[in-house]
Amino acid sequence: MKEQLQKDFDNTIKNLTLSQRDIEIKKFYLDNFINKGFPNRKEEDWKFSDLNQIIKKNIGELSFYSDYTFTNKVDTSAFVDGLEHNKIVFINGRIEKIDFDYEKKDQIEIIDQSETINKFNNNSSLSDLNSAFTNKSFKIVVKKGYQLTKPLIIYHTTNSKIWSKNINLRLNFELYENSSLRLIDLFRDTSEKNFLNIFYNFDLKENSILKNYKVDKFENKNIKYSFNNIEQDKNSISETFILSSGSNFCKNEINCNLNGEYSSAFVNGIFSINNNKHHEIRTIVNHLTENTKSYQLIKSVLEDSSKAVYQGKIFVNSQAQKTDGYQLSKAILLNKDSEFNAKPELEIYADDVKCSHGSASGSLNEDSIFYLMSRGLNYQQSRELLINGFLLDVVEKITDPEVKNLIKNMIGIKE
Amino acid sequence: MDNRQKEIDNLKDYKYGFTTDIENTRAPKGLNEDVIRFISNIKKEPQWMLEFRLKAFERFKQLKEPDWQKPKYPKIDYQDLYYYSAPKSMKDKPKNLDDLDPKLLETYKKLGIPLQEQKRLNGIAVDAVFDSVSVATTFREELTKQGIIFCPISEAIQNHPELVKKYLGSVIPVTDHFFATLNSAVFTDGSFAYIPEGVRCPMELSTYFRINASNTGQFERTLIVADKGSYVSYLEGCTAPMRDENQLHAANVELVALDDAEIKYSTVQNWYPGDKDGKGGIYNFVTKRGLCKGKNSKISWTQVETGSAITWKYPSCILKGDNSVGEFYSIAITNNHQKADTGTKMIHLGKNTKSKIISKGISAGFSDMTYRGLVDISSKATNSNNYTQCDSLLMGNKCGAHTVPYIKNKNSESNIAHEATTSKISEEQLHYCQQRGLSAEEAVGLIVNGFCKEVLQQLPMEFAVEAQKLVGISLEGSVG
Repeated sequence: MKEQLQKDFDNTIKNLTLSQRDIEIKKFYLDNFINKGFPNRKEEDWKFSDLNQIIKKNIGELSFYSDYTFTNKVDTSAFVDGLEHNKIVFINGRIEKIDFDYEKKDQIEIIDQSETINKFNNNSSLSDLNSAFTNKSFKIVVKKGYQLTKPLIIYHTTNSKIWSKNINLRLNFELYENSSLRLIDLFRDTSEKNFLNIFYNFDLKENSILKNYKVDKFENKNIKYSFNNIEQDKNSISETFILSSGSNFCKNEINCNLNGEYSSAFVNGIFSINNNKHHEIRTIVNHLTENTKSYQLIKSVLEDSSKAVYQGKIFVNSQAQKTDGYQLSKAILLNKDSEFNAKPELEIYADDVKCSHGSASGSLNEDSIFYLMSRGLNYQQSRELLINGFLLDVVEKITDPEVKNLIKNMIGIKE
Repeated sequence: MDNRQKEIDNLKDYKYGFTTDIENTRAPKGLNEDVIRFISNIKKEPQWMLEFRLKAFERFKQLKEPDWQKPKYPKIDYQDLYYYSAPKSMKDKPKNLDDLDPKLLETYKKLGIPLQEQKRLNGIAVDAVFDSVSVATTFREELTKQGIIFCPISEAIQNHPELVKKYLGSVIPVTDHFFATLNSAVFTDGSFAYIPEGVRCPMELSTYFRINASNTGQFERTLIVADKGSYVSYLEGCTAPMRDENQLHAANVELVALDDAEIKYSTVQNWYPGDKDGKGGIYNFVTKRGLCKGKNSKISWTQVETGSAITWKYPSCILKGDNSVGEFYSIAITNNHQKADTGTKMIHLGKNTKSKIISKGISAGFSDMTYRGLVDISSKATNSNNYTQCDSLLMGNKCGAHTVPYIKNKNSESNIAHEATTSKISEEQLHYCQQRGLSAEEAVGLIVNGFCKEVLQQLPMEFAVEAQKLVGISLEGSVG
């Protein structure tokens, strides 16, 4: 893999206009990645999902170079109907379109950061890989007091033109005081056997609100890793919703630093997977000052030989008195070969806190099915009704009505 | 005032911190094959036992000391320890208590464990282990009548080799982790109990461990086998003198329950925790594992952990037999600079297996407490159930409480439920108690006892009283 990395790296560098110093920095990250390699089960964070093995088994040899000189045609029919929205379109990892048509132009700033290397607050090997190979990266700034009228949808589209490729994406968001942003990540893949490595950084200033909805719904054979780092100032709110369903393997990591008083973080997630899929959500919420709040709810429905993993951590340092931290994960195993692993973790150094977690996994309740069947539903209908109700609980946590409807339609949950 | 102050000081101090001035026989310092041969020789062990030890030692040399635990400690120099220390008077085994060194008798009297016949606690048979040897085992005749074997393990190796050979290392093999393997190589004494088929042990069996010599590691090994349809309740207590240096205690405890058998194992661990600045104290790195080998068997662990500078142990149950049950009840209290990383493992292998975990952690002062546990339901363990509850109580903002459960469910017909909370004693509760005339300390004591009650109830009567007092004493001075 080393030669491949080196070769692909040289090719990538050629197409960029970087200063000697920046090339050195990128090289440094490359060397870091070469040393560490893909994470494996020996690392505590990857204990339940050995990425190294998964890539080997599903993809085999990866190539890290993508030719971005040609534009891809943007297929407008793929856009979401019935909801006016701003767009960013990635096709095979290349940014094809950034469009904030519905917003005041002077309130949003898009800064091309491709030619600056910004450090990411994470020293995993995947962040090294990302830093070494990202080809274009943008920073999106929402100005003071501006609230976007329409949501922003980021289309992550891949098509059959790519095969066994590693794609690295990076976006930075900065939300100034009193601003707000609704962001939907929509994955549409028709490609197979690629590895997507996505890093987002969010900087939330005082009183700002971020709502991020990640929807991976369409069946595909890709492997995805996504890392969200969220820095939160006083009074800010972040809401993250993850629908983890389509990809062969998908790991979402959310790292949330509650730096300012009265800031709060909400993470809700659904695993709805079948076949041999293997999905993971890992969250770390760091309560770093007084009066902060976090809430997490993760529900899973597992069919066939699928496997879901939830690793959630609430960290409370000794200054963070009056912290409120809550975490709940529930799983329904529908098949004898399905598997659910959880590691809900509390690390607490302050005494005046209320922290709790709960985790439950098991089969569908036969008594409930019996109840519904005795009222005239057949087995299949009863089962669907129960599963829908189970998952609806999480969808109902979505605070934005437009997006809630969109996601409900997508999953096919009826009320 | 003076008297009252003295009383409080007395309570605060570790009252088992005295040393017995007694002449010792020691193995040469360090860890090597010769020392292992020395231990084996002095115990007059048969060849197969020596081979067992040497095999473990070979393996030990290839192992690396684990470092994933939360409480870090300075590196232990395994060559700077004595692996065997025994009172000189024990060299030729005294035939009865009258021949026993009076100093030893005195020690146990001071610890509140009278060994003389007339003063014995009724209904409890005691095996007293002093450093590396067992000094006395009481009520043996009465137990023998029922066919129960209860004796030091070194005696069992000589008198019941067929049993020891069959079960020793069957739950904790010589190829296990670092400290367990070290124990397999150098273990000195400990208790052995065998309950024959269909016998309900008429009294509590108990072992009392005492570390006395300095610079000595205590490595005892306990093996309890409950044959078909039998029942035994076993108690373990431990204390050590106050010393400035840290001492290592790495015991192995193996339990085997055959068809329909039940073993109840209770521990009140009160090793010297170090002084209030965190100097000295015992490193308690113990491996405890029970195997529910037969159908319908049951193993229940109850532990009250108040002592030790560092406690690092996970009493576990392997639920191999169908319908077997594993239970774990724990109270862990850390104060001053104590650290604990404890919990349990429930490995479900058989069908219809059930396990229950109740863990209560209290941390005060500058201490740090971690609950770490594993519940693993394998794909064959159909219709299994686990319920876990772990609650932590924090006193002050200099201490920490952590919960790290690993939950693995590979069977769709099995259920796992896990709950954990962390909080402090609420102002309302304190206020309510104080309003009714209790002092702040008494109020905290009452609330903590209520918090622990679910676990304390599981202890045998005599122990429960002692444990309840211990809970109060351990938290002395942590309020206000």
